[in-house]
Amino acid sequence: MIGIPSTLRISLRALRVNKMRSGLTMLGIIIGVGAVIAMVAIGTGASRKIEQQISSVGSNLIMIRPGSMTSGGLRMGLGTQATLTTGDADAIERECPAVSAVAPSLSGAAQVVYGNQNWSTAVDGTTQGVLIVKEWSLVSGRPFTDQDIRNATKVCLLGQTVVESLFGSMDPLGQVIRIKKIPFRVIGVLEKKGQSLMGNDQDDIIYVPVTTAQKKIFGTTVPGRVRMIMVKAVSTEALEAAEQQITDLLRQRHRIGPKQEDDFVVRNLTQMLQLAEQSTRVMSLLLGAIASVSLLVGGIGIMNIMLVSVTERTREIGIRMAVGAKTWDIRLQFIIEALTLSLIGGVLGIVAGISFSKVLSAALGWSTVVSLPSVLLAFVFSGLVGIFFGFYPAYKASLLNTIDALRYE
Amino acid sequence: MALIETLELEKNYQVGGTTVRALAGISLRIERGEFVAVMGPSGSGKSTFMNLIGCLDQPTGGHYLLDGEDVGGLARDELARIRNHRIGFVFQGFNLLPRTSALENVELPMLYNGTPAGERKRRALAALRLLGLEDREHHQPNQLSGGQQQRVAIARALVNDAPLILADEPTGNLDTRTSAEIMELFVALNQRSRITVILVTHEADIAAYSGRVIRFLDGLVISDEKVK
Repeated sequence: MIGIPSTLRISLRALRVNKMRSGLTMLGIIIGVGAVIAMVAIGTGASRKIEQQISSVGSNLIMIRPGSMTSGGLRMGLGTQATLTTGDADAIERECPAVSAVAPSLSGAAQVVYGNQNWSTAVDGTTQGVLIVKEWSLVSGRPFTDQDIRNATKVCLLGQTVVESLFGSMDPLGQVIRIKKIPFRVIGVLEKKGQSLMGNDQDDIIYVPVTTAQKKIFGTTVPGRVRMIMVKAVSTEALEAAEQQITDLLRQRHRIGPKQEDDFVVRNLTQMLQLAEQSTRVMSLLLGAIASVSLLVGGIGIMNIMLVSVTERTREIGIRMAVGAKTWDIRLQFIIEALTLSLIGGVLGIVAGISFSKVLSAALGWSTVVSLPSVLLAFVFSGLVGIFFGFYPAYKASLLNTIDALRYE
Repeated sequence: MALIETLELEKNYQVGGTTVRALAGISLRIERGEFVAVMGPSGSGKSTFMNLIGCLDQPTGGHYLLDGEDVGGLARDELARIRNHRIGFVFQGFNLLPRTSALENVELPMLYNGTPAGERKRRALAALRLLGLEDREHHQPNQLSGGQQQRVAIARALVNDAPLILADEPTGNLDTRTSAEIMELFVALNQRSRITVILVTHEADIAAYSGRVIRFLDGLVISDEKVK
């Protein structure tokens, strides 16, 4: 049996003889592999971005808002009814087994002052549960305690943007800032979170105990009123159960009769995001599938050229057989030739695909992620294409009759 | 034991429903070291005979014993192995690989029997030197004259130390002077290296270099005589 190095040398020489033809055949594979890699990169980039957004919002998140108020036949917007209270939040935490953490929220804009710096930001009255619900941690300091909530102490946690605006590079921990002229001690600093789905700066925020917000900052008419309750379910599977338990509990607490509408709205944020993620995944699969078609076409191009090559080199095959080439020597020669074409095309295609992804993300601002598995897969796949489409021409060549092949003009 | 022995060797071809009898029962013995010329008009069966002797084709009847081994019924790859080890071919049209150096053309048979690269080169160079082509090893066939090409082909036939060389009109494409040179080479190989040479020709003066002339007509041997 002939050695692989010799076969490879024969193949490379044959490919060199018809440079233009080999190049064009390779181009089919280059485009195919390049398209697969670029398309998968776009798809992966999109779903990676959505994953990031999901984790920035917090997973398994449910939001409860008051329903709309109807006054004289006019329905006002969501949240206009003042129906949710800290009592509801406590009850949900106590009584719904599918819920792992609860964070009420009473928020509003406020001017904050430290020394000679001032800043307008969102002040959100909540409980220590917010850090669990939003999957947010502190870079320094401590979270709220039950005592903070009970006593409505004047303490606060600062987001990074607020820290930068008021303190610059100074350490804010233990300093006193004024929110609506009321002094608050900074007990913790939140880690950087970045932009939300809607493009809001999530770090531009101050958390204070919900009771403090109610009594001292926003001064509500209804005692214990909150604008929103955020809930974390114990798991993704428990989301629906949690929703049901919350709805039942709140209807009961708000004394809503069986025929009456809810005076609150329960929204499952994570589910929406997961749907979005799923559709991106289907999209990227689809893109990959379409790109694979071009790889297939490239493979057919290889087969076509190899068939032409076998016909052209009938005499050469005859000579090789006459001096002792066996069936598999001939087959191997043509398979390796096709493999060389497809693998060189594959490598160039990988380079082309990566460059194209980079150009796309630079020019259009799309996030693209070229993953190592997709590159390896494309390379292996191009090799398989070479073997698959090279086999028939090689098989055909190996079955030639030596005498006829020698006499072929 | 004879190198070649055929017993009632037959070959029929199917051409469009009719059977053509190319060989109608050939029984011959060719001993080791003989120099045989096979003659006959076209269609006499001499080429078919050579194809069978060269293990390029299989008989449809009779037996062919090469070195005492019945070659009939062997598989494709086994025939390829026999051609590789025991038979050297020289063709009228040289049949060298284009765009391939003389050296690599001579190395070709050794590619298919696992000879290591270094050994291949050494033996190919030795064969080229034997045929007076030591300064032509890197020339490609289109850079060589007809006589030189045929000598490269002979080097290729010798390189595996085959005991048998089959030459199919080896001087058909060469001028008279070059033909004489090539024939002298065959004679020298036959006498010095005791290589058995069987050559097909229809020129009497080429056949005159041999020691035995076998004439074919209509698929049968009509004469078989020793000369000189």
